Amino acid sequence: MSTENSVGVVTPQRVRFDEPLRLKSGAELPAFELVFETYGMLNAEHSNAVLVCHALSGSHHVAGLHADDPESIGWWDNLVGPGKPLDTRKFFVVGVNNLGGCHGSTGPLSINPETGKRYGADFPMVTVEDWVAAQARLADHLGVDTWAAVIGGSLGGMQALAWSLRFPARIRHAMVIASAAKLTAQNIAFNEVARQAIISDPDFHGGHYAEHGVVPSRGLRLARMVGHITYLSDSQMAEKFGRQLRHGEHKFSYDVDFEIESYLRHQGNKFASFFDANTYLMMTKALDYFDPAYDYDGNLPAALARARASFFVASFSTDWRFAPPRSREIVFALLHNRLHVVYAEIDCDAGHDSFLLDDQHYHALLRAYLENIAV
Amino acid sequence: MTEHERRIRAEQRERFDFAVIAGWIPPGERVLDLGCGDGRLLRYLNETRDVAGYGVEIDHESILGCIRNGVDVVQMDIECGLSGFEDNSFDHVVISQALQTMHATERILSEMLRVAGEAVVSFPNFAYRTNRAAIAEGHMPVSEDLPYDWFDTPNVRFFTIFDFEDLCGRLGIEIRERLAFDEAGREVSDDPNLNGSLAFYRLGRRS
Repeated sequence: MSTENSVGVVTPQRVRFDEPLRLKSGAELPAFELVFETYGMLNAEHSNAVLVCHALSGSHHVAGLHADDPESIGWWDNLVGPGKPLDTRKFFVVGVNNLGGCHGSTGPLSINPETGKRYGADFPMVTVEDWVAAQARLADHLGVDTWAAVIGGSLGGMQALAWSLRFPARIRHAMVIASAAKLTAQNIAFNEVARQAIISDPDFHGGHYAEHGVVPSRGLRLARMVGHITYLSDSQMAEKFGRQLRHGEHKFSYDVDFEIESYLRHQGNKFASFFDANTYLMMTKALDYFDPAYDYDGNLPAALARARASFFVASFSTDWRFAPPRSREIVFALLHNRLHVVYAEIDCDAGHDSFLLDDQHYHALLRAYLENIAV
Repeated sequence: MTEHERRIRAEQRERFDFAVIAGWIPPGERVLDLGCGDGRLLRYLNETRDVAGYGVEIDHESILGCIRNGVDVVQMDIECGLSGFEDNSFDHVVISQALQTMHATERILSEMLRVAGEAVVSFPNFAYRTNRAAIAEGHMPVSEDLPYDWFDTPNVRFFTIFDFEDLCGRLGIEIRERLAFDEAGREVSDDPNLNGSLAFYRLGRRS
């Protein structure tokens, strides 16, 4: 890792909220904890705070590294730091592990106070809107009345959009990247394949695998493999792997022949070693359920009428999982409501994962937009 | 002309173009600028007319320019029409010296008058005196308003004031006002198709 412009060593913090949180499903969490990190300093006016929302596999650890692990670079470290596009000399940046996550915030791995055992499958289903409600508690705790910006890619972008609807007065800029106002049937279908891979793993035990001392790692591996295929573009996969052979010849077996097989297995194994299956299931459902227009007969412009923020919306040309037309839907609904919006359709070869890369033009756009935000 | 003088001249020229367009835009309107470049016209209209403007642009670097200019912009290809933009959602839609760079001329003109009550169009007049002279001498013209060599011009449509007005007639577009200027920026009234280098139109739907 380049230490240049890094925020350096960071320490996660933890906060407990004892006031019950009513969830969209109707369930209630009597209390919960959130793990978060901050970078930069909150200014005297409390006007420079930016919330970074994570996607499916992310966490509160957005930038820098943890003292005990030099490999633990934050998932959006190329964006956040002194002199980087989201400049920590100007902004106070907050990363938070969402409710139901598996990186320390209250979730399926936490102990259910009612039973003394891990929640597992009994953890209530949380939605994008629930995350936003929990994040608002964190904002209160940090003394942030209004975010200068809320930014996220993919599922993170949905949170930025949801912030603009749930708390219109508490967000000045929503930065919605490689995202959508709702998933397509195809996108839900991929999530369902991932879920069935996990649920049908014999080690899943209806979500109570912890009580059996096992992990449905085969299912998680498969879920991640299918996900990974959809996060990359055809052209990039062809360029990166093509038909390269692991052993230089066809082995006529079901072991790894092609390099792409090796890559997918590696990604699957890596993911299954640290990610919780129940969290994965819940996150994919949160993606599927997100649809602000649902309560407005599918009318997105009507659903966005509440928003007051200015928007930065971006999509990537080769992203077929959250394709440019999904972003355009958001843009035109914003135009209908006469809101400020910048929409960029970025040429990048890396598919959905492009939003995590430091493509020069992409980062120049983010930098320029963030520079114009008054604090 | 030195590079500096050329730049000053281009800026003066640009301000002049902007002022002509601004003259047709009442304060406080909603304006859509097609092929908005780095958003400087919208910025000018915002600063001088308090206009709420959006740009449409396809070029990546121009989108970056729009952000730096603090201008709202949608990156898309106008050649594919303006689907997504609602009917009559703007007061004016402007296309400033960009119509000649696009293939879908008829569709763009029709779409402009779908999304706005009135359109403002400016373009270089190919029948301008010096252009004719260049052709008469056997060369494609290079002039103040057609500043490109034939082999690297972004322009794909070459047309005259007569041609444009014919097309408006065929598309049921009403010409509400026309202004033409020579290369020095002087307004011309006598035979504008010969004496006008740059033409500006205020267009509406024929009722």
